[in-house]
Amino acid sequence: MKNEMHIQFSALSQNESFARVTVAAFIAQLDPTMDELTEIKTVVSEAVTNSIIHGYENDPNGLVYISVTIEDGLVDLSIRDEGLGISDVDEARQPLYTTKPELERSGMGFTIMENFMDEIAVVSHPGEGTEIRLKKHLSNSKMLCN
Amino acid sequence: MSLNINLEVKNEILCIRLSGELDHHSADELREQATAAIEEFHIRHIILNLEHLSFMDSSGLGVILGRYKQIKQVHGEMVVCAISPAVQRLFDMSGLFKIIRLEPTEEYALQRLGVA
Repeated sequence: MKNEMHIQFSALSQNESFARVTVAAFIAQLDPTMDELTEIKTVVSEAVTNSIIHGYENDPNGLVYISVTIEDGLVDLSIRDEGLGISDVDEARQPLYTTKPELERSGMGFTIMENFMDEIAVVSHPGEGTEIRLKKHLSNSKMLCN
Repeated sequence: MSLNINLEVKNEILCIRLSGELDHHSADELREQATAAIEEFHIRHIILNLEHLSFMDSSGLGVILGRYKQIKQVHGEMVVCAISPAVQRLFDMSGLFKIIRLEPTEEYALQRLGVA
C-alpha cells in the first residue's frame, strides 16, 4: 500500500529537528531498525540544513518542502527549496567541499546522504532552487521479499 | 529536544559534555560557549564526552573541527570519548579520527592527557 505525507515550513534552524522527527515518525510504521531511523533522520537534517544555509542563506521567509512516500518498504524522500540553487552540483557533492568554511561547515552533508541512502538525485537550477531525492529500502522489507 | 552543554575546566583541559541533539541549530550555541571558555581559561586540550548525545549531523562535525583548529594553535590535543556507533560512523566518514583521538571513557581520556 502506498502512503504519502507532505510538509512545508519556514527556513528556520529550529525547524531542523521538527523536520527529522516528523519524517521519522511517519516512517516508523514500516518498523525500521534503529540504525535506519537514525540514518533517515540524519539525511533529512543534512538536506534541510543545506536549504536553510545555502538555498535561502538564512532568510526565514523561504519555505522548505518535504514529501515522503512509502510503499513496500521503500522510502522515497524529496527535500526541496526555492532558493538560490547550486551552479555546480558535482563540485558541491565532493567530500569536504563547502562554500561557507567561515561558518564552520564540514562539507560532509552530501557524502553522508550518499552513504546513508541507497539512491540520491540532486536537481538544481540556479535562481530557482534545489530538490534532493533520496531513496532507501528498509532491511525489514527486503527480508519479506526474499 | 535541544542540546545541553556542560563545561568543566581541569587545569588546562576543557571537558565538554553534551547531551541531547547537536545539529546546525544547536551548533552555534556550542561554538560560542566553547570558544569563550577556551579563550578565558587558556585551554590547551579538549575532552569531548558524547555519552549522552542522542543525535548529531555534519554541523556537529563542523563545530568539533572548528574547536580542534582553535586548540591546535596552542599545540593542544582533542580527545573524544564515549561515542555512539552512529556518531562514530560520521567521524569515520569524515576522517576526523586522523586528528582526534578516541577513548572509551572520560577517565581514559584524562589519563591520556596526563591528568588523573
